[in-house]
Amino acid sequence: MAIEARNVSKRFGDFTALDDVSVDVESGSLTALLGPSGSGKSTLLRVIAGLETADEGAVFISGREATALAPQKRGVGFVFQHYAPFKHMTVWDNVAFGMQIRRRPKAEIRRRVDELLDLVQLGGLGGRYPAQLSGGQRQRMALARALAPEPDVLLLDEPFGALDARVRVELRRWLLRLHDEVHVTTIFVTHDQEEALELADSIVVMNEGRVEQVAPPRRLYDEPANEFVMSFVGPVNKLGDAWVRPHDIELGHEPNAETREVQIERIVRLGFETRVELVRDDGERLYAQLTRNEADELELERGDIVYVRTRAETTFSA
Amino acid sequence: MTARHAVRVGSLGYLALILLAPVGLVFWRAFEHGPRPFWAAISNPEASHALRLTLEIAVVAVPLNTVFGVLCALAIVRHRIPGMGLVNAIVDLPMALSPVVVGLSLYLLYGTQGWFGPWLTAHGHRILFAYPGMLLATIFVSLPFVVREVVPVLRELGMEQEEAAATLGASPFATFRRITLPAIRYAVAYGVVLTTARALGEFGAVAIVSGGIAGRTQTLTQYVQASYENFQQTNAYAASVLLAGLAILTLVAMTAFRPREDRRGNRSA
Repeated sequence: MAIEARNVSKRFGDFTALDDVSVDVESGSLTALLGPSGSGKSTLLRVIAGLETADEGAVFISGREATALAPQKRGVGFVFQHYAPFKHMTVWDNVAFGMQIRRRPKAEIRRRVDELLDLVQLGGLGGRYPAQLSGGQRQRMALARALAPEPDVLLLDEPFGALDARVRVELRRWLLRLHDEVHVTTIFVTHDQEEALELADSIVVMNEGRVEQVAPPRRLYDEPANEFVMSFVGPVNKLGDAWVRPHDIELGHEPNAETREVQIERIVRLGFETRVELVRDDGERLYAQLTRNEADELELERGDIVYVRTRAETTFSA
Repeated sequence: MTARHAVRVGSLGYLALILLAPVGLVFWRAFEHGPRPFWAAISNPEASHALRLTLEIAVVAVPLNTVFGVLCALAIVRHRIPGMGLVNAIVDLPMALSPVVVGLSLYLLYGTQGWFGPWLTAHGHRILFAYPGMLLATIFVSLPFVVREVVPVLRELGMEQEEAAATLGASPFATFRRITLPAIRYAVAYGVVLTTARALGEFGAVAIVSGGIAGRTQTLTQYVQASYENFQQTNAYAASVLLAGLAILTLVAMTAFRPREDRRGNRSA
């Protein structure tokens, strides 16, 4: 295990940020801490980095107990949500900082900083100041800075949160490639389930200071451990006690023993996907996800009466 | 005349009438009979002693208040210690309190009837009517400036850069030297300028504890007052010009720091 948090609790006054949290992170993996705001995911990351101290519990990094270690002795690289660039230093000096502090030879620093700037596609921008960079460039500078002292672990707090949608998608792909190249154990915090599903080998779902489930993306989606995970990861309809994914809803014009009558309230065409919003005779609302071809073949119109069948549904025993 | 003109004429007229005219008049009176009487006035032993004493006090008071001012500001902003709100309020005390009261309170502490006075006198230390008392009074009245300049900048700066430095391996001292200090340096410099101006110009508190003995415990401000009262107007005006000159120097230093700070502000916006 590269990182292990064992029974960690942390309170801020009356607020319990972490409640007996245990998490194992495998060496070389890319792990997501996923949860709504206030779920404790950022606090857990900061406890691992040593920026907060746990009230109870222990933290191990690379097999070494780190619970009481100062952040500078933990061998972690941390990328802050707003990147925390050193504003009065050039990009080059920002990246060199961690190595200068460790008094590495000048030639080595020069070589590695240039190498890292190329790696994060900032070669040639070393002389600029952080304020002269775009958001995406600043975020890559922060990554290079965190990677420079060759940390055992890379921790990213909402790494894409402050970027606009297109840059975010680009950077996600780029981070994935970077992780394949550098292969440092990485944990990132996100509230965006799509981001977690796309990037992570393993997802830790958190809610109200507790871990709800730890699983690879596929299993998390197909076999959610409880109602919270079901509702938080992926789109879902709740019909009575049953949960149904919108892509598990089939529409047809002919009723049979398995179907139920619904009326089409709205049709939203989102490129390849068509979302059909429906209302049942008992007033319950649900929506179905169809491909464009499926929707076109059915010739659906607003106000039509159609019949739905669910391919799969999930119930959780209370 | 448009409203904008009215505002301009009004504000500049007010400044000229209230600030420039009296100060200008002092300059005019000092040089009324040419530079020679002016030089004679400021090179007489009492005047040059007063100047030296004033500078000797500032040279100790300003660095002390700078170092402790920065430490105080760090304590107020960075450490969640109970009672820090009270400290924050106490720092402002010298601003709120009349300097005369400050002088009087030192009197009560170090006077012959005071708490520490008898013990100190018995051990051969003289505080009142001597350099230490004048220094204490000056430190007291010029204490808040560095703290007040640095606190808002530290708040604005936040802790993220310092935390980032820590995760990169920097010790608390290295973090302060390489991250915090460069970020607050303009605020510190501006605070130093204000502290210096106050230390040079202080009158009330120092007047009470110094006794104003000519050639011994007389600062430049006291020299001005004493000369004026003794009908040695030329001396008073000349020393005033000297004080004003020092003030102008600090003002120039101040404007030298200000615009750079603004430029930085624009760039990081």
